[in-house]
Amino acid sequence: MNHEIIIAGFGGQGVLFAGKLLSYTAMLTNKEVSWLPSYGPEMRGGTANCSVMIKDEPIGSPLVVNPTEAIILNKPSFTKFEDKVVSGGKIIYDSTLIDCEHSRDDIEYVAIPATQLAYDMGANKSANMIITGKMIKETGVFTLDEVYETVKKLVPASKPELLELNRKAIAEGYNY
Amino acid sequence: MEKLLMKGNEAIAEAAIRAGCLRFYGYPITPQTEVSAYMSKKMPKVGGLFMQAESEIAAINMVYGSAAAGVRAMTSSSSPGISLKAEGISYIAGADLPCVVLNIVRGGPGLGGIQPAQSDYFQATKGLAHGDFQLVVLAPSSIQECVDLTYEAFDIADQYRMPVMLIGDGMLGQMMEPVTFPEEYKGRDLPEKTWATNGTQMKRKHNVVNSLYIEPNELEKLVVERYKKYDYIKETEVKYETENIKDADVVLVAYGTIARIAKSAMQKARNEGIKVGLIRPITLWPFPEKIISETAKKAKSFLAVEMSMGQMVEDVRLAVNGQADVHFYGRTGGVIPTPDEVYNKIIEIAGGAK
Amino acid sequence: MSVVFDRPKALADVPLHYCPGCTHGIVHRLVAQVIDELGIEGKTIGVAPVGCSVFAYNYFNCDMVEAAHGRAPAVATGVKRANPDNIVFTYQGDGDLAAIGTAETVHSAGRGENITVIFINNAIYGMTGGQMAPTSLVGQVTQTTPYGRKTETQGYPIKVSEMLSQLDGPYYIERVAVDNVKNINNAKKAIKKAFENQVNGKGFSLVEVLSTCPTNWGLSPIEALDWLRDNMMPVYPLGVYKDKGANE
Repeated sequence: MNHEIIIAGFGGQGVLFAGKLLSYTAMLTNKEVSWLPSYGPEMRGGTANCSVMIKDEPIGSPLVVNPTEAIILNKPSFTKFEDKVVSGGKIIYDSTLIDCEHSRDDIEYVAIPATQLAYDMGANKSANMIITGKMIKETGVFTLDEVYETVKKLVPASKPELLELNRKAIAEGYNY
Repeated sequence: MEKLLMKGNEAIAEAAIRAGCLRFYGYPITPQTEVSAYMSKKMPKVGGLFMQAESEIAAINMVYGSAAAGVRAMTSSSSPGISLKAEGISYIAGADLPCVVLNIVRGGPGLGGIQPAQSDYFQATKGLAHGDFQLVVLAPSSIQECVDLTYEAFDIADQYRMPVMLIGDGMLGQMMEPVTFPEEYKGRDLPEKTWATNGTQMKRKHNVVNSLYIEPNELEKLVVERYKKYDYIKETEVKYETENIKDADVVLVAYGTIARIAKSAMQKARNEGIKVGLIRPITLWPFPEKIISETAKKAKSFLAVEMSMGQMVEDVRLAVNGQADVHFYGRTGGVIPTPDEVYNKIIEIAGGAK
Repeated sequence: MSVVFDRPKALADVPLHYCPGCTHGIVHRLVAQVIDELGIEGKTIGVAPVGCSVFAYNYFNCDMVEAAHGRAPAVATGVKRANPDNIVFTYQGDGDLAAIGTAETVHSAGRGENITVIFINNAIYGMTGGQMAPTSLVGQVTQTTPYGRKTETQGYPIKVSEMLSQLDGPYYIERVAVDNVKNINNAKKAIKKAFENQVNGKGFSLVEVLSTCPTNWGLSPIEALDWLRDNMMPVYPLGVYKDKGANE
């Protein structure tokens, strides 16, 4: 297993949380893992991204330069990372917000209207979970059950409605 | 032991509390503010104290006061803030007090940037402030090591009565990895703090914590004694990690997060049949001179990789002492070198791809 | 024969290094008497400054910490917060407290830090040989204001007691002088109150003591006392500037 993942979007879209979800799941399933966020002023409303490494071997550099999978939630990030994806890698992007041309033929483009789906579900802020569900399906990095287990751990017990919402959103993306 | 996914900054804060740090004085600065945030939340729950000081200068002097009073105390900052703390650290060293200072280094000079850097190596290991003195400088490379070395830092500080610096960079402070904390930490056997200014209770002579010695001969004697302690530390406290150095033609020397990038580059080069090894200093002071010197007897070239314009490379060159070539590759200002950049430099040194 | 005066126990039996006529010795003695009277020597920690009183750590029999220039209130905060049952005082001059250490002073006062600050205001830098202090008077000739302190370039004296009394944090602030017996007795009362406040957990107390520096003022000890009365007191009126306990 060798996943070098970038998750990128606007601050507030929950890209860091999506990365944490993957990282926790990796830890709980005994993989080697690291999570590295962009930080500083760019977090305040600008673009945000995080690097997630999930491997069998101990992780060297935690900084993802050439992602095997890029999960992209806005246009500027699509432009920024499209060229960086490794040959044979995947871009999984939110087609509600991104209408960019596909400029490469050696990578796979997976479009999912995550924002629209979230809106339709009445869960406007869940696009990050929907696209994460899609990513899990596309890569097979985890099973749906493994990710559900993590959600249970990450969502505070005092907010059971959030738990259900996140599960539904992940399933929505997974089954899209 | 339960595995937790934690940021470096938070892991260090948690480890400090578990190591018995009861007083933390901080001042916000990116990219280490999570340490203060974590402390402010946790300290009151364990009977400790977090205080946000009015400045970095005040924070280190509060540490000075609590350390003088015999309590484990700590402060943390990032590069510009460490410069402000320099005065206080010199006084703490001069008064033979134990404390832990964390520097999550960012690019400089001046206000610089907020992205990861290693350009405070000279400051940490050589010229932090006025006077003849040293800090023990510990440079973790993973979040687990952040935890382990934080415990160590407090023990070393107390054992030798001197300030210890933990040095990381923004990448280490911000990244998350799984960590475990020891269920029960068995630290070093440490002497009682009979020198502490915690009140005579009218039972002993008064203690004075001080760094002022007007008589040159008296001051010289004291400094010389302190350097004997430093010599002992050089003999006993050096920490490093090596990988693949037995047959290596090219030996990488890198610390902290950059050692991980160097490791990735090393693996790529090994896959190409180039014999590359790695020495990772864990203590930047005392610097692992001996292993570098020994390795230089066989290796052809050394490559120091740093996020600076070349600071540690000078210590590598001193340790190699002409026995092999010493090269340098670095990025600075907050730019993180990629494994490929380091790999390309290895190829260049090894004389082209094989 | 009855003993009418003796060295306080908290004051070390060593020769002080202060100049003839300097009032530091008087204030040291007052602090030591108060420590004796309150019976707190065994739990008192003093924090010495940088300036003429830098060697104060040699002059008191309680535990002492020597601080960097201006940092005494921060160091005292660290000592006090480490062991809140201890009694912690700083002893600072005007350069230490009101120039390089202004931030530490203001913020320890603002926090209402439960410490006692003894502030010696003699309107000059003594140890370095008589330069302008933040409290030097307008027109005062010093080594670095050879034509007199001019407001155009050096501005106005900083009135510490007035300034700090505007804050909500401090519990008690009083300005006293040690120029005659009556005022010395008043100074002792103020210092005692400042320590008692701490013993009772009341918070930040500061006593500003108008003092002389005959050597750097270029005056005889007697002339210096007159100069203090004639020139300093009009600018720095004596009195209680803040006392939260007054109405209790």
